[in-house]
Amino acid sequence: MGSHGIRDQVAIVGMGCTAFGEHWDKSTDDLLIESATAAAASAGVALEEIDAFWLGTMGSGVSGLTLSRPLRLAGKPVTRLENMCATGSESLRNACYAVASGAYDCAMAIGVEKLKDSGFSGLVGSALPGAGDDGKGETTAPANFSLLAPAYATKYGVDPAELKDVLTRIAWKNHQNGAKNPRAQFRKEVSRETIAKSPLVAGMLGIFDCSGVSDGSAAAIVVRASDAHRYASRPLYVKALSLVAGPASGLSDPGYDFTTFPEVVASAQDAYAQAGITDPRGELALAEVHDCFTPTELVLMEDLGFAERGQGWKDVLSGRFDLDGDLPVNPDGGLKAFGHPIGASGLRMMFEAWLQLRGEAPEQRAVRTVGEGRSLALTHNLGGGPGECVSFVSVVGTEREA
Amino acid sequence: MGGLVGYGAYVPYYRLERTRITGVLGQGGGSGTRSVAAFDEDTTSMAVAAGRAALAGLTGPGGQPGRACVRRLFFATTVPAYADKTNATAVHAALRLPADALAVDMAGAVRSGVGALVTAAASAVPTMAVLADIRTGLPGGADERDGGDGAAAFVFSGADGGAGLPVLAEVIGQGSATAEFLDRWRTPGAAASRVWEERFGEQVYGPLAEAAMADALKQAELTPGQVDHLIVAGLPARAVSRAVRAAGVPAEAVADSHAARIGNAGTAQPGIVLADVLDRAGPGETVLLVVLADGAFALALRTTQALARHRQAQPVAAQIAAGSTALDYATFLSWRGFLDREPPRRPDPDPVAAPPSQRRTSWKFGLVAAKCTRCGTRSLPPDRVCQQCHAVDEMAPEPLADVPATVTTYTVDRLAYTPSPPMLMVVLDFDGGGRMRCQLTDAAEDEVRAGLRVEMTFRRLVSAAGVHNYFWKARPVRPEISREG
Repeated sequence: MGSHGIRDQVAIVGMGCTAFGEHWDKSTDDLLIESATAAAASAGVALEEIDAFWLGTMGSGVSGLTLSRPLRLAGKPVTRLENMCATGSESLRNACYAVASGAYDCAMAIGVEKLKDSGFSGLVGSALPGAGDDGKGETTAPANFSLLAPAYATKYGVDPAELKDVLTRIAWKNHQNGAKNPRAQFRKEVSRETIAKSPLVAGMLGIFDCSGVSDGSAAAIVVRASDAHRYASRPLYVKALSLVAGPASGLSDPGYDFTTFPEVVASAQDAYAQAGITDPRGELALAEVHDCFTPTELVLMEDLGFAERGQGWKDVLSGRFDLDGDLPVNPDGGLKAFGHPIGASGLRMMFEAWLQLRGEAPEQRAVRTVGEGRSLALTHNLGGGPGECVSFVSVVGTEREA
Repeated sequence: MGGLVGYGAYVPYYRLERTRITGVLGQGGGSGTRSVAAFDEDTTSMAVAAGRAALAGLTGPGGQPGRACVRRLFFATTVPAYADKTNATAVHAALRLPADALAVDMAGAVRSGVGALVTAAASAVPTMAVLADIRTGLPGGADERDGGDGAAAFVFSGADGGAGLPVLAEVIGQGSATAEFLDRWRTPGAAASRVWEERFGEQVYGPLAEAAMADALKQAELTPGQVDHLIVAGLPARAVSRAVRAAGVPAEAVADSHAARIGNAGTAQPGIVLADVLDRAGPGETVLLVVLADGAFALALRTTQALARHRQAQPVAAQIAAGSTALDYATFLSWRGFLDREPPRRPDPDPVAAPPSQRRTSWKFGLVAAKCTRCGTRSLPPDRVCQQCHAVDEMAPEPLADVPATVTTYTVDRLAYTPSPPMLMVVLDFDGGGRMRCQLTDAAEDEVRAGLRVEMTFRRLVSAAGVHNYFWKARPVRPEISREG
């Protein structure tokens, strides 16, 4: 038994990503067609040349027909999958394994979500028949994640007002980055004062502490690493893929203190072992993390090993994770500013790694760490909430070592 | 000879100051306060609260919990949460009564409460009568002003003295009179009751009350002067006053109805006032309970030495004193369905489904969790695989409804769907282990904090598609007020 990973066995050779936002004029089909054709064009292949498809969506369609119908794919395997907010990453993980196994030469991972047709604010849960006696669906996602903030402040002796500044700075940073991204849902810088004074949604979280609810799609083309240069001059080699679904006992275990995601720690350790990373903060050029709400990003800095326990808030305030910091986090604006169409987000994160590591990011948001010789990027995708979640971590790089 | 072996009353936390009505409508209202069932309470949930209070001090032979002795449950209310479907079954489930105990509703009329009490008192086996009501009327009216909400529960031992439960009060006499006349009525589904001129009722009730009282006193071999506590309950206020005068008991024997502070809880009123008298009465004292509703009914009781040791834990007086007057009139109206508020831009809640609810009845209604017999870890909700030692199917039932807990963290959810926003969500750790996330109720936003001590309370979380979702919430433990005597 063991988790061995598929380091450097497969590569991403093409990607596509729609703009994220309130696409009143685009359907799920439109978004899928846009990202799929862009990814295929990017890899220089026709859709007919792709052997298998993994489609991730939380609620914008069921079955492989959700993709095969709009693309009029004939005779192809299409798997539709879901793993909460980590759905997009899960589609990539499965496509990578399928190619690594030798079953297919060329696979597409694609994610999509059409959230803005519901007419509601925030996410709308699925209606599984239940007994209404377990709190499921009772509280909203911002409320669930808001539990992180007071727990963190209490454990590490951070004054709540200071913690609010830390959270505000995370939102401010991601809006700064998003303002430099033409695909982002929110492309304006937002002042810290506006963020701090935004109407409260849950706990100490205001509207500006929450990610954007949006529509969007992103896609990647995966081939064997040994074939990669037939498709792309600068492929992204997959160094690590890790997914952990926790025991979901945090809400019933008095030992859980709401200052960490054990699932994230486990998936990061697994991914670093697969990729041979020992010093993530010093080795990664950038990280795209699941900043669904500002306290999530704070806690992730520690869970992913980017900051010492209890010190992450200081690193945030010092600008360590800014675009020009030691380790830029969410240079594309993150869920906060780029938006969060559930099934697409994991692949959207990978799209930023694709642009940045290959030197294709617009100059105004190109991270200097790449120019300084770092060649690895991390994506982190989370589903669920504190106490019960699934966590995905990938590491990709432009250098193939194996 | 059997008698009363347990009692408990429930007065909800909220009070409406009657001047708030005047402040909004420019008329109506008055002085004092009335009790108000919260948005998440109904007659079923309040019946559970009163039933728990009545069972709390009840211990059967061999130390078995008193709940195990109860063989019948009669639930009386004018406002049943469901028609066709029995509501007493939810009370039965939440009180964790034996599966072979009969539970039935006596729903519809204010007089149903008399039916439940008489049936329980005359039963051959240990029987609980629980009375609950929510009284209001159209905005600005007398019923809104004078009504009250609450519940009371009484356990009688059964005629054979059943199960060896200590008798707190013996039934020593009864009298009743029935008459058909239009005093108060409501067609099913109507928002408010209608009443005929009160002077008409006063005249009809007069002789009926006098006859019932005389019969009860005769059976009890008492003269009016020997009555230590007189309770005359009923919604027809003028008739009640006349019956009090006609009873001829010493002035100090007339029990305070507390209507000035909690209003008149209709079906439940005789129970709440009787519970208050039992909270205070000494041994060997006589109580005459009279109820005026479509006739008259009188019940004479004599307390015993055992009463002092088996009073309910939270006296009625303490519950009245602990109430909050923070409730504004607009919120009261919205809770009672007279003011529709804009809901959040969120989907309507999904109705609960029957099969999963039925599979988890003991958890959902009884708050019975599981405890791993291998490592002792509590599982909430009850799981089959232990979260600590991963043992499979080595769980024992672990009732938690009466276990206090402490809030470990919390949040205020301003986006969640709730009939009375914002939703207060707490994560709590039970004394002795076990964690649960649930809603906090009967509390203002600024009261919730880590470290808050809470107790569990059975509530109606939400109603969707005509289905009520009953489950448990936490509420702050209010400081106990020491009982008199």
